[in-house]
Amino acid sequence: MAATTPPGQPASIPFYRDTRVIAILVQVAFALVVIGTFWFLYSTMMDGLRRANLLPSFAFLRQPAGFPISESPIPFDPSRTYGYAFLVGVLNTLRVAGIGIVLATILGIILGVCRLSNNWLLRNIATVYVEIVRNVPLLLQLLFWFAMTQAFPRVQEAISVGGLLFLHNRGVTIAWPRANADFGAWTPWLWAGLLAGAGFYIARRVQFARRDRPGVALPWALLIAAGIALLGFVATRLVAGQWPVMLEIPELQRFGFSGGVTLTTNFAALLFGLVIYTATFIGEIVRSGIQAVNKGQREAARALGLTNGQTLRLVIFPQALRIIIPPLTSQYLNLTKNSSLAVAIGFPDLFAIAGTTLNQTGQAVPVILMVMASYLSISLLTSLLMNWYNKRMQLVER
Amino acid sequence: MATEASQPRTRAPRPSIGALEWLRQNLFSTWWNSLLSIVLLFLVFQALSSLLRWVVTTEGWIAVTSNARLLLVGRYPPDQIWRPELVVMLIALLLGLSGGVWRGIPLVLAAGFSVAMAVLGVLSLGLPPDQAPPVFSTRLFLFGVAALAALGIAAGWRLREALRWPLVAGWILLYPATILILRGVGDATIGTNLWGGLMLTLILAVSGIVLSFPLGVLLALGRRSNLPVIKWFCVGYIELIRGVPLVTVLFMASLMLPLFLPANVRVDAVVRAIVAVTLFSAAYLAENVRGGLQSIPRGQVEAARALGLNVVQTTLLITLPQALRAVIPVLVGQFIALFKDTSLVVIIGLMDLLGAAQAIYTQPQWFGIPGGVWRETFFVVAGIYWIFSFTMSRTARQIETNVNVGRL
Repeated sequence: MAATTPPGQPASIPFYRDTRVIAILVQVAFALVVIGTFWFLYSTMMDGLRRANLLPSFAFLRQPAGFPISESPIPFDPSRTYGYAFLVGVLNTLRVAGIGIVLATILGIILGVCRLSNNWLLRNIATVYVEIVRNVPLLLQLLFWFAMTQAFPRVQEAISVGGLLFLHNRGVTIAWPRANADFGAWTPWLWAGLLAGAGFYIARRVQFARRDRPGVALPWALLIAAGIALLGFVATRLVAGQWPVMLEIPELQRFGFSGGVTLTTNFAALLFGLVIYTATFIGEIVRSGIQAVNKGQREAARALGLTNGQTLRLVIFPQALRIIIPPLTSQYLNLTKNSSLAVAIGFPDLFAIAGTTLNQTGQAVPVILMVMASYLSISLLTSLLMNWYNKRMQLVER
Repeated sequence: MATEASQPRTRAPRPSIGALEWLRQNLFSTWWNSLLSIVLLFLVFQALSSLLRWVVTTEGWIAVTSNARLLLVGRYPPDQIWRPELVVMLIALLLGLSGGVWRGIPLVLAAGFSVAMAVLGVLSLGLPPDQAPPVFSTRLFLFGVAALAALGIAAGWRLREALRWPLVAGWILLYPATILILRGVGDATIGTNLWGGLMLTLILAVSGIVLSFPLGVLLALGRRSNLPVIKWFCVGYIELIRGVPLVTVLFMASLMLPLFLPANVRVDAVVRAIVAVTLFSAAYLAENVRGGLQSIPRGQVEAARALGLNVVQTTLLITLPQALRAVIPVLVGQFIALFKDTSLVVIIGLMDLLGAAQAIYTQPQWFGIPGGVWRETFFVVAGIYWIFSFTMSRTARQIETNVNVGRL
């Protein structure tokens, strides 16, 4: 408001009606109130903690944790420190959030496209799914899926889904590709494919730049790389008599499955719940993004003689993507933050491990600060990444 | 959202087509669509028939019906059950009167409420008397509430003009009255540690909405302020809260709030949860309101200033009303999220609707039922959450349509 006071005002205006003075006074008063409140809260807290002999300190991070963690991507045992246990929690959160984001995006796009299908039945099934799932609390859904995994049969009677996926009360076992002894024979082919693809891509870009015309390079480069890799794949089979990578089907042994990858029930329930829930929101974003593209764009593309697929790929989708990315980012952040509900179903994520640490050490303030700092950094990192992508996709106006 | 708004308001009349033509267009337009339709039809039929078979054959419903009180009011003392019942009757009366006075959406809600209560009453007739749980044993109550809402509609319809302002006052007074009735006065107060079930969920949600809304508006205005100190405080608060999950805020409120306050001040667990939900939701609401404020053309503010309105008047009379009106759907969406998020209080040990569900399916007396009763319990509780969320989202959509129609 300071700028609105015209210069050359008569000096008779009292200072308490000068907006510049008022602005400064208001801010000083506000700052005093905020600082005063924080100082009061802080000093009461420190008093209480001093009396309880629990002054905040990060020294506990170097002490042995003493509790086991049911699953961890890096080796862990109770003699490791609290700091290391916290790292395990962060990695577990990143693992579930990373896989969850990829799967939820795929399912969400499928859902969004189904919601726009010209098949009445498919469209309405997708609508019913969206309306049911997003109007029920996520925590309830997670508890439901977890209760369901607890009701799975024993390993010996595992439910088989197409012979590739097995559900049992110790977890979910999935067939997984595994490298054979002859994998080494295939690696030169992979390198050759990579180099050929990269070389092609760079050559094309140089060519485009010289001609000052845009063009398509990346799909062809990928196709070349994939083609060479596939050729090598078959060649290895012919020479060595064995595929370099094979899908390993889990086999039931006496004490459980061998081969494949087994996810714990907690992880499987958490991942499934998060994906099912977040996909409905992503689906709606995709649908509204596609619908928001002007109808004239489609008609113009068709009038130019583009096929239905070309219209979608070259005209509709690039424009829809610009609308989709910002809300999609906030869904990714939501999924990451929602993964903290893992604490309710016993998956040792960042929040759950911090909770155990807090109970054992009583160091509420440092632990909560660490948790908040971790989530803030993850959120910030995701935002930065998506903002960078968003900027790349935005329309460059000439 | 953008497409809805840009669509023409009056649709071209649809040519009427026969059933066969409809099928051909919508299910069997190409061979690929036909195949898809047949497969989907088969799957839907399978799913629905097995769901129906489960609903009518499972023995687990007994766990829900015999625990209806736990689901609705938690461990609230049975002899004091008239208190929540009185509140429901007050709500029914106010809802009915509002329906009669304002018609439109309130009328639909009031009529729907009345019919739903009557249907519940009829359903509870089907229960054998010995299985009838205490809450439902007062069938009279359900029918009474249904009748009260219906009577309210009739009375409101008649006394339209006279009731308008008393009703607004009634709705404003409802919240403090509810807390007073549920807590009781004098020595016989009922501690909030006994509050639970759907009652607690609704109290948390309503408190959160009522308290976070003004806070959110203030934060939004603060973020757009010209005063750097206020602006950066609001930006910092909003971004900090939006960057962390609700559980950490709840955890912080339940662990740190007692630390922050002097030892002689005790804050009750429900109040702590309300504080957490409010502080959390306000940050999100602030961003929604800010979106609305940004959509107001500059000319509005300039015109207001030219007319001689000061900053406060311009905000309260010109920008804020338009901004809020523009973001009604988003705000309701945030309220729905808040309603669903109240279920997280389970993690800090409160027994809301979801907590009651957990308590029910882990009761040892149901272990004899094959497969347990978790499916039935979750089915009912999810249904309750769903009805509230869905009603809210549909109401928001209707308001959005009405507002847009008014604009054209």
